[in-house]
Amino acid sequence: MSATAQEHNAGHAPEHTKRDFLKLVAASGAAIGVGAIAWPLIDSLNPSSDVLALSSAEYEIGSIPAGQGITVVWRGKPVFVRHRTPDEIKTAEGVKVADLIDPATDESRVKAGHEQWLVVVGICTHLGCIPLGNKTTDARGDFGGYFCPCHGSQYDVSGRVRHGPAPLNLPVPPYAFLTDTRIKIG
Amino acid sequence: MVGLHKSEFKNPVINWIDTRLPLFTMMSKEYGVFPTPKNFNYFWNFGALAMVNLVIMIVTGIVLAMNYDPNTGNAFESVERIMRDVNYGWLLRYVHANGASMFFIVVYIHIFRGLYYGSYKKPRELLWMIGVVILLLMMATGFMGYVLPWGQMSYWGATVITNLFSAIPVVGDSIVTLLWGGFSVDNPTLNRFFSLHYLLPFVIVGVVFLHIVALHITGSNNPLGIEPKDKQDTLPFHPYYTIKDSVGICVYLMVFAVLVFFAPGFFGDPANWTPANPLVTPAAIVPEWYFLPFYAILRAVPDKLGGVLMMFGAIAVLFVLPWLDTSPVRSAKFRPIYRLLFWVLIVCCFVLGAVGAHHPEGIWVILGRVCTAYYFLHFLVLLPLLGKFEKTLPLPESISQAVLPAAAE
Repeated sequence: MSATAQEHNAGHAPEHTKRDFLKLVAASGAAIGVGAIAWPLIDSLNPSSDVLALSSAEYEIGSIPAGQGITVVWRGKPVFVRHRTPDEIKTAEGVKVADLIDPATDESRVKAGHEQWLVVVGICTHLGCIPLGNKTTDARGDFGGYFCPCHGSQYDVSGRVRHGPAPLNLPVPPYAFLTDTRIKIG
Repeated sequence: MVGLHKSEFKNPVINWIDTRLPLFTMMSKEYGVFPTPKNFNYFWNFGALAMVNLVIMIVTGIVLAMNYDPNTGNAFESVERIMRDVNYGWLLRYVHANGASMFFIVVYIHIFRGLYYGSYKKPRELLWMIGVVILLLMMATGFMGYVLPWGQMSYWGATVITNLFSAIPVVGDSIVTLLWGGFSVDNPTLNRFFSLHYLLPFVIVGVVFLHIVALHITGSNNPLGIEPKDKQDTLPFHPYYTIKDSVGICVYLMVFAVLVFFAPGFFGDPANWTPANPLVTPAAIVPEWYFLPFYAILRAVPDKLGGVLMMFGAIAVLFVLPWLDTSPVRSAKFRPIYRLLFWVLIVCCFVLGAVGAHHPEGIWVILGRVCTAYYFLHFLVLLPLLGKFEKTLPLPESISQAVLPAAAE
């Protein structure tokens, strides 16, 4: 039986047969089915609703003295909230943007009217260590901001990278001021 | 060079691999051109269906385990989290839970097909016995999986089943303490059940491999129960049975989907939506449906050790079935009396299932005892005698002569 079927196909090889069509439809059906089942399996690995529900959090920051910062946890990551002194703000604003490794103005990294507050994700953009610099006694590097103890990257008081090997500025998370001393991150 | 395989594949890459590791030759030999009796009916789909089901259980189980917490304080909540918060968690859990029921439906049909067509007879005795081992492993895996959600039925099912071993004289209590890792079903028990529930499916994969190897040595039985004689009697596995199996898989998936999407709680017990409470036993303790006949046998005997022995005996008897059935004819098609007894046995198993689901009182006690007695009578007395006294019908000369009478003339 199989031999007959194959001979039959061989005789009309160049044409597209009904059998070709059936094979194509069957294979596509199976592929779509497997794909439809594969997606829930893969998507179940994405963050679940309860994890996503933790993606915003509110913090009271009024008690931070000028010149110091605190570390809060947002989505399992450290976020630096730093109360900058007027001198630090002036220095940060005076930097020539064109000279920076990852050019960005100080204005673009803080909220207007709240220039004394710097909020950045405290993870070095080199290989993920947590830089020092929140406390006045910490090593802050040559630019008065943050110093990464792992490979010596340095950031200024605007969280911008000033000395490698880190390639990028510390990222600013989405946040908003609810009152003058209360912020919501995420 | 002596060790290299001589590959016949034209594609140079496939040929290169096949020469060194003849996987392609093996697959082609075992699943491509493998000579298979040409007269299979749809009952021969169920081995392939069981294979598909095993894969579905392992894939969904691995993903569920990523979100499950085997700690008595968190287990129930972690399952609720899977149902509510994890993306498609409800789907994965319902596929896995109903997949267990589908697995037993498929495997029970597979087993009764073997009973009807005499698939356990020489030379397939070992193939059959390996199958019984798979059944035992499945039961252990199913039982431990049911404990994991840590609901009331999980907890009390675990308590009752582990206490079965306390019926063993002298060492019974020590064995139970060993199984529990403590003095009651508790956190250590749940931890080890989770570990074993993850391990055993892979043991099943290994034993299934042996089952298939043994099958490919003896070749498949068929509805006529006579061996294929020549090429006239067989077809290549591909495309003939890959296609026939695909049809079965489509129907199977449709039934599965109806269960998952329209009646996900059909086989479940509402009591398991209550978190485990070691101080209160639910009013009615019922095992999962696939254990009900065995549970009925356990309760049919008014003696602790006796009941446990009979229950395990119900499976043990299957191990020696190839030697209990003395008839040289395989298929019930040619055994009029055996065919009748087979259907009586089926009814008996269903009645036992119903008995297991009811409180042991009134008519259910009597039915349970009668059917338990008949179950053992069937295997231990009727089958050995039948081989001597039954007058079987004449067997056809060959498969092709039976299925294509016109061509044979």
